[in-house]
Amino acid sequence: MLPAPFEYHAPRSVDEALDLLDQFGDEGKVLAGGQSLIPLLKLRFASPGHLVDINTIKDLDFIEERDGTLRIGPLFRHKAAERSSLLASRYHVMADAAPQIADPIIRNRGTIAGSVAHADPSGDWGTVLLAMDADLILRSKKGTRTVKARDFFSGPFSTALEPTEILSEIRIPAAKPMTGGSYLKLERKVGDFATVAVAVHLVMDDGKVGSAGIGLTAVGPQNLKAEKAEASLKGARLDDAAIKQAAALAAEAADPKADHRGSVEYKRNVVRVFTERGLKRAYERARGGG
Amino acid sequence: MGQAITVTVNGEKRSAEVEPRLLLVHFLREKLRLTGTHIGCDTTHCGACTVLVDGTPVKSCTMLAVQADGQQVTTVEGLVAGGVLHPIQAAFKEEHGLQCGFCTPGMMLTSIALLKENQDPSDDEIRWALSGNICRCTGYMNIVKAVKSAAVQMKAAAEVPAATAAARS
Ligand SMILES: Cc1cc2nc3c(=O)[nH]c(=O)nc-3n(C[C@H](O)[C@H](O)[C@H](O)COP(=O)(O)OP(=O)(O)OC[C@H]3O[C@@H](n4cnc5c(N)ncnc54)[C@H](O)[C@@H]3O)c2cc1C
Ligand code: FES
Ligand code: FES
Repeated sequence: MLPAPFEYHAPRSVDEALDLLDQFGDEGKVLAGGQSLIPLLKLRFASPGHLVDINTIKDLDFIEERDGTLRIGPLFRHKAAERSSLLASRYHVMADAAPQIADPIIRNRGTIAGSVAHADPSGDWGTVLLAMDADLILRSKKGTRTVKARDFFSGPFSTALEPTEILSEIRIPAAKPMTGGSYLKLERKVGDFATVAVAVHLVMDDGKVGSAGIGLTAVGPQNLKAEKAEASLKGARLDDAAIKQAAALAAEAADPKADHRGSVEYKRNVVRVFTERGLKRAYERARGGG
Repeated sequence: MGQAITVTVNGEKRSAEVEPRLLLVHFLREKLRLTGTHIGCDTTHCGACTVLVDGTPVKSCTMLAVQADGQQVTTVEGLVAGGVLHPIQAAFKEEHGLQCGFCTPGMMLTSIALLKENQDPSDDEIRWALSGNICRCTGYMNIVKAVKSAAVQMKAAAEVPAATAAARS
C-alpha cells in the first residue's frame, strides 16, 4: 500500500519545523515515530500535502528531572521508556506501561509524545499522563502554551493541538518520596491494544493519600481521568473500604462500548478490579515494596 | 518530485531518486531487488518486513525510504559473509527454525539485535524479543531453540580469539 503523494521535509531545528508547519497550516503533519501515522497514510485515512519529519532534529530525545519537574522530549521513544532506570525507580506507572505498548519492534520507533498527539482512545500513554497530572507544552511559531493533560483530549483522535503546533515537551511533577504507581492492561495477545487498562499514580503523605491519579484506557471516547474516584481518596487512609469505594467510582466513570473485546458490563467490571489491584500495588510501591 | 537519497545497504552505498511516499520495504525489494525482505500484513503487525536500521529492528513497511537517507540498513541478504552462513542462519537451518520461511528473515534480524545486547538470553527473553515477529508455521519452539543455539555458537566464537590472546600474554 502506498500513501498518497506528499512533500517530505527534514528540518534541522524546531524553529525550522515550526516555520514549515506555519506555512502549510492544515496541509502539514508532524512525523515522529511514524507507527500510527504511516499506517494511516497507507490506508489513506490521512493524506496531508506535507510531512515534517522531526527525527532529523537533534536533542529532542531526552528525559530529565530538573527543578521539581520530569521533562520528556518529543523523540523519547517507547523503548527508551522501557529501559529507563529513572522511570523504573520513581515513576512506576510509566515503567509499567512502556513494555505493554504494541510490540518490541514498534517500540523501537514509536514515541510517547506521538502517542499522546495521536490520541487514540485505546492508546496507553494519554491515560498515564492523565493519572500523573502532566502538562503538555505546545509550541508554534507564534508562541508557547501549556495545556493540562485533562484539557488536552477532546474526543477520539482529537486534541487541543493546532496543526501549526508541536508537542515540544511533556512535564510531570517530580516524584516525591512516597510515590507509587501501576499500569494494568488487559490485552488479547501481545501487541494488541487494550481491552481495558487502568493507570494509578499515588502520592502518600504522612500515612494518608496526598493525591491519587487514576486514568482509564479504552473505555470511552478518549482516555479518561476518573476524577470522582481520585477525589474520594484525597486525604484518606488507604484501607479496603476506601479502595473499594474508589474502584466503584472509577467503574462508574467508565463509558465503554461493547465490541469483539467484551461487553459493557465486562469492561466496567475490569475497570473496578484493576483499580482495586492498581491502588494496592501502587500503595505497596509507595512504601518501598513491590 | 524525486528526492535523492543514499543508503548504505549491507555495507554498500546505494543512491537513488525516490518519491517521498516510497516505503523502505519497496525501496529494498523493487529498487534494489533485494526480495529477501518480505511483506506479510502491510499493516505493521507481522514483522516479516523487519530490517536493521543502524542496528535496530524496524518494520520496513512502516518507515519511508527517505527516512533511511544516510543510515545503515541490514537485510537478510547481508548476513552471509564470504559464502559462509551467519551463525543465526546456520542455527535456523540446523534446528529447523523455519517451515515456509516467510517470517524467517525478520526473525533472524530481530534475533541478531537481541544477541548483540544479550549474549545468553533465556527462553522467555527470546520469546519477548521476538513477540513482534509472527510465525504461522513453526509454533515458535524451534525458533527459540535456534536462537539459543546461535547464542552458544556466537559466544564460543567471540571467546576463542579472547582466549588465544590471553594464552599469548
Ligand atoms: C500494530 C500496532 C499496535 C499498537 N499498539 C499500541 C498499544 O498497545 N498502545 C499504544 O498506546 N499504542 C499502540 N500503538 C501505537 C504506537 O504506540 C505509536 O507509536 C503511537 O501511537 C504514535 O507515536 P509515533 O511516535 O509513532 O507517532 P506518529 O505515528 O509519527 O504520529 C502520530 C500522530 O501524532 C502527531 N505527532 C507526533 N508527534 C508529534 C509532536 N511532537 N507534536 C505534534 N504532533 C505530533 C502526528 O502528526 C500524527 O498525527 C500501536 C501501533 C501499531 C501499528
Ligand atoms: S509487512 Fe511490515 S509488519 Fe507486516
Ligand atoms: S516459517 Fe512459515 S511463517 Fe514462519
